[in-house]
Amino acid sequence: MTEVEEVRLPGVGIRYGFATHAGDRVEVVAHRSGRREIYVGQRDDPDAFREVLELDDEESRTLAELLGGSRVTRELAKLRQALEGLALDWLPVDPDSPYAGRTIGDTAARTRTGVSIVAVMRGEEAHPAPGPDFRLRAGDTVVVVGRPRDIERLVEILHTG
Amino acid sequence: MRVPLLLELGGIVLGLAVLARLAGRLGLPAIPLYLLAGLAFGEGGLLPLVTAQAFVEAGAEVGLILLLFTLGLEYSAAELVSTLRSSFRIGVLNLALNFPPGFLAGAALGWDPVAAVALGGVTYVTSSGITAKLLQDLGRIGNRETPVVLSLLVIEDLTMALYLPVLGVLLGGVQASGGLLWVPVALAAVAGILALALRVEVGLSRIIFSRSDEALLLSLLGFALLMAGITQITRASAAVGALLAGIVLSGPAAHNARALLAPLRDLFAAIFFAFIGLQSNPAAVVSALGPALLLGAVGAGTKFATGWVAAGWAGIGRRGRSRAGGVLIARGEFSLAIAGLAAAAGVEPGLAPLAVAYVLVLAVTGPVTARLGQRAAGGRPGRPAAP
Repeated sequence: MTEVEEVRLPGVGIRYGFATHAGDRVEVVAHRSGRREIYVGQRDDPDAFREVLELDDEESRTLAELLGGSRVTRELAKLRQALEGLALDWLPVDPDSPYAGRTIGDTAARTRTGVSIVAVMRGEEAHPAPGPDFRLRAGDTVVVVGRPRDIERLVEILHTG
Repeated sequence: MRVPLLLELGGIVLGLAVLARLAGRLGLPAIPLYLLAGLAFGEGGLLPLVTAQAFVEAGAEVGLILLLFTLGLEYSAAELVSTLRSSFRIGVLNLALNFPPGFLAGAALGWDPVAAVALGGVTYVTSSGITAKLLQDLGRIGNRETPVVLSLLVIEDLTMALYLPVLGVLLGGVQASGGLLWVPVALAAVAGILALALRVEVGLSRIIFSRSDEALLLSLLGFALLMAGITQITRASAAVGALLAGIVLSGPAAHNARALLAPLRDLFAAIFFAFIGLQSNPAAVVSALGPALLLGAVGAGTKFATGWVAAGWAGIGRRGRSRAGGVLIARGEFSLAIAGLAAAAGVEPGLAPLAVAYVLVLAVTGPVTARLGQRAAGGRPGRPAAP
């Protein structure tokens, strides 16, 4: 996972920053009011950042969903460190996935890959510990625990069956 | 002729509104315009106030208390302590560079040492309101030098919590002998309150904070005024009580409170700035302009140096260092607060006009140089102030 630098801005909020592979520096400033601002580092000055986007609480959540994460990302990042050797990941159920509309039992995820589905995120709602008869829908995010290699296989399965 | 109170009051507030709008257009802070308006309507000005004097006086007092109360609310006691640990060096540098100019100028003018200490405070303290707004307007919140600037403001907040009680005691002791003996007592009291704030801020916040905005607003205001009143009865000044009340209440639950109090503070603070202008004799301010320009040039230089060096310690490059220095130059609300306290205590009559002139100079040149610097560096000119 990308290393995220965290800096407290007293009286303002918290600034998160990381560098992309392409060499850009990206920052998110989380204001105490819930407003988020996205900044991109300027190439001619290592200390200057240009604001590219300003989002309120709702909008930033939408953007996060669109980018494939979810609101629980931060909590998950903490958990991820706690699980030695195991990875925690969240996989989208695409509209064209063969399992959109079918149950978790149908995926046979645990028997086929050894990966456990620990929760399903549906919009604002989290469904922890879903049973085998829990029906997945397009747009759901499945939270899984397993070895990284096995998770990759589950990604394949969710895509192609 | 006796003008009806509401008519005069309405005129004043509406006039201040026009100035606030104008300041927004020009990209300047409103404080210097409020001061000028106060000068124009004060004694010896163009159109002296008649009926509203008493109300404006009380309003100004409330404004001063709200300014310091919201300053205290801005940072929690835990935030203050952790910044003090990480940025102690910066705080010492800031004090060592920016207090002496005023103090030495006061001494050179042959003033009472207490007045010199007050003038030192005037030259020391950056306007956190102007600086925070500049950072926002110029789109610098994400810059790497910004945490340095912000922690400097936090340290100043804490320094004010120690400085104001000392100044209060000194001001009170001008008449009474043995006033100096109270300084350690006042400092110990402040340290005790801060230590207490670290422990009980959650509990106290729970008592004061309420789900209802109305109840919350009244509780906060009542608490601040009461604390200010209590400290006024003791030897310290009311402003100290308000600042400490803010720090004690500034738990995580205070975020709401700030938003709730901001409009009220803006109204009464505007009256306070105008009142400072009202009280000053325009002729005295004009004759103080020369020394104020000189002191302003020194004050701008020392503050710029503070930001430059502090940002350098944080590994910031040349351009970031000059941005950090430039944005800190503006002096404003707290310089006036100190001058107001000193004037109310009746020390050196030349202090308030000099402070007003000093703020007029630096509250204008600070933001203007910061904006021009941004433009010269090819950055964005900064967005216009929020409507």
